[in-house]
Amino acid sequence: MPEGLRLEQLSIALEGARLIALDAAIAPGEVLTVMGPSGVGKSTLLAAITGTLDPAFTMTGRIRLDGRDLSGLPTEARRVGILFQDEYLFPHLSVGANLAFGLKPDIKDRRDRRARIEAALREVGLSGFADRDPATLSGGQRARVALQRMLLSEPRALLLDEAFSRLDSALRAQVRALVFQTAHRRALPVLQVTHDRSDAEAAGGAVVDLG
Amino acid sequence: MRAAVSTTAPPRPARRARFLPWAPLLTLAVMLGPVLAGLLGTLAPALGYLPALGGQTVTLAAFEALFAWPGLPRAMALSLGVGLVATGISLAIVVLICAGWAGTRTFGMVERLLSPLLSVPHAAAAFGLAFLIAPSGWIARALSPWLTGWERPPDLLILQDPAGLSLVFGLVAKEVPFLLLMTLAALTQVRPGQSLRVAQALGYGRVTGWLKVVFPLVYRQIRLPAFAVLAFSMSVVDVAIILGPNTPPTLAVQVVRWMSDPDLAFRFQAAAGAVLQLGLVLLGLGLWRLMELVVSRAGRAWVVRGGRGRSRTEQALRAGALVLGALAALAVIAGLAGQVVWSFAGLWQFPDLLPEGFTLRNWGRHGPRLAGPVTETLLIAGAATGLALLLTLASLEAEHRHGLRPATRALWLLYLPLIVPQVAFLMGFQTFSILAGLDGGRAAVILAHLVFVLPYVFLSLSDPWRAWDARQDTIARALGAGPDRVLWAVRLPMLLRPVLIAAAVGFAVSVGQYLPTLLVGAGRVATLTTEAVALASGGDRRAIGVYALAQTAAAFAPFALGVVLPRLLWRNRKGMRDA
Repeated sequence: MPEGLRLEQLSIALEGARLIALDAAIAPGEVLTVMGPSGVGKSTLLAAITGTLDPAFTMTGRIRLDGRDLSGLPTEARRVGILFQDEYLFPHLSVGANLAFGLKPDIKDRRDRRARIEAALREVGLSGFADRDPATLSGGQRARVALQRMLLSEPRALLLDEAFSRLDSALRAQVRALVFQTAHRRALPVLQVTHDRSDAEAAGGAVVDLG
Repeated sequence: MRAAVSTTAPPRPARRARFLPWAPLLTLAVMLGPVLAGLLGTLAPALGYLPALGGQTVTLAAFEALFAWPGLPRAMALSLGVGLVATGISLAIVVLICAGWAGTRTFGMVERLLSPLLSVPHAAAAFGLAFLIAPSGWIARALSPWLTGWERPPDLLILQDPAGLSLVFGLVAKEVPFLLLMTLAALTQVRPGQSLRVAQALGYGRVTGWLKVVFPLVYRQIRLPAFAVLAFSMSVVDVAIILGPNTPPTLAVQVVRWMSDPDLAFRFQAAAGAVLQLGLVLLGLGLWRLMELVVSRAGRAWVVRGGRGRSRTEQALRAGALVLGALAALAVIAGLAGQVVWSFAGLWQFPDLLPEGFTLRNWGRHGPRLAGPVTETLLIAGAATGLALLLTLASLEAEHRHGLRPATRALWLLYLPLIVPQVAFLMGFQTFSILAGLDGGRAAVILAHLVFVLPYVFLSLSDPWRAWDARQDTIARALGAGPDRVLWAVRLPMLLRPVLIAAAVGFAVSVGQYLPTLLVGAGRVATLTTEAVALASGGDRRAIGVYALAQTAAAFAPFALGVVLPRLLWRNRKGMRDA
């Protein structure tokens, strides 16, 4: 069975005009970087993979994740994690509750759930942050919480939508390294879209230029 | 292997919420059905057809009787004149305040002063103003006897003056806050900062630049609210009973008098009058449209001439707008203060500025009788608001989940119940509710209120709901949450404040409804508003004070809750504080 994320003859058009055409396979643990200036439809590509494509677009081709055809599946059933440049930590929930939102509901035992959340926080050096208000975290802390929240939902692939562009350069290298190492360790295929060459270099995988 | 994969894949959630895609249509039906059916139900008796009262054939007798009423020309002129003048003045004040002060600190103060007044029910505000300007009112007391020499209230027809000036004043005081809030909403969409800076860099004065560059864009957005204000001002009943002239009254008031006449034969004449009222409102809208054309042509010529605006005129306009806006706000606030004083007043003789003593006796006497109307008011408002909120949320969520795009025409439909005069369709609505066996009951009144509560709830909630960042949804869904869980656990909590504010708006609208309660309730459903307006002719200021205050409190309490509750709930969440 072909593992990883495969975009097979994927083509997205808006009112008949083709925006994106891509044929690519990303093996587990590998990174594909899609580059291009803003407006070429990089985010549209990711929306097609998460299943949030605006109905105005038409998509042809197939998207497979670990052999599963994703088309027609609702977003929540696709097991595709995504990080944006904003962390989108839910502002009304504590850090711990944000992580609990990501944690699968089939882990029922409350103590077990709490232990997993605490472990996820410890893993990124945020032990004891569970009760904190996400708005009081620093940019780097927020990025790490967002990463852990996504990982707790056990995705099979990771999408990065300009995920590092808001961070200043020192923090950026640090967070980027953390994300790519984690993805590699967990054998997640990663598709990142960015307009920044340094993101592509840090990822170290194949690069596709759009536009 | 393939089979194994498909079994481990999470099952596709069953599509159960089949109601959702129909929600927008259902919402429209609930809102417009009564209006359209009601119009038909009014038209039929106007043409003589009302079998229940023996009207079997189509005749024009009702219209003949209507036209034979000697007060008709004057009543029509009053309705038309009051509507156009009140709307014109309200719009002018709002536009000049925005032109002169938008973006300044003073503007923020005016905004904070005016916005809470929106929730004050029309009847309560009208009673307050009546007390201010009456010959025995606060203004006369403040000037007597040292300036006026009056030792007793003068015999002047200030209140309910035949020209309808006090009615115009009352309408302006209540419509300025409404139009200002609508304009503020329009301004956040138009974002005039840059074009205004460009105009100012070209040497245009602040007011002139705003009127030439920003106003045309803003007006397009507040046109429907202006239409609603015009239609409302032309056909309002409760405010006109309290502040308007009596002999003859405005057309809408006269129609209601005929409708409540014990002689049921007057029903036909009333229906004909209601149809005429609809025609009058259409005429008013037509005249307004004509004025729009004239103003836009003159305005274009004015823009082309390139005048930068004289600074002295600019200053005068800015100051004038501010004074008028503040006057409108202070009049309502002082009027409410007057109600408070009257409701606790002991002996209070003219021309004393304050009563000789304060007492709880008035509340002791009228308070126990409030219990029934208070319960009725809260039940009706709660049910109508709950239904409106449910339909609105379902429609907005359907729009989001099914990628429906609201057509611009849909906005017209939302405003339709606010533009069609209430008398014109409530009479027919009443007939239908009799046929359905609902008349005189709370359920029919709730349905009638829903017609007016829904547009306000929808208008209030739709902007913040649609402005919510859809990537929050993508994130939550990608974390494995289905659409229902996203709605309940993410979107609704994050939008709690606008949801509560929309509910508060709806609640206040319901509390303030006079005519739907009176007509559809067949006089048997007593709310704070119907009871308060019924007191108008009696002139017992203490009783009026008690009822008007209770009415204001019922309308205002949900707003307070809408502000306080999110602050309490999210007191440890910095990201949830309002900007």
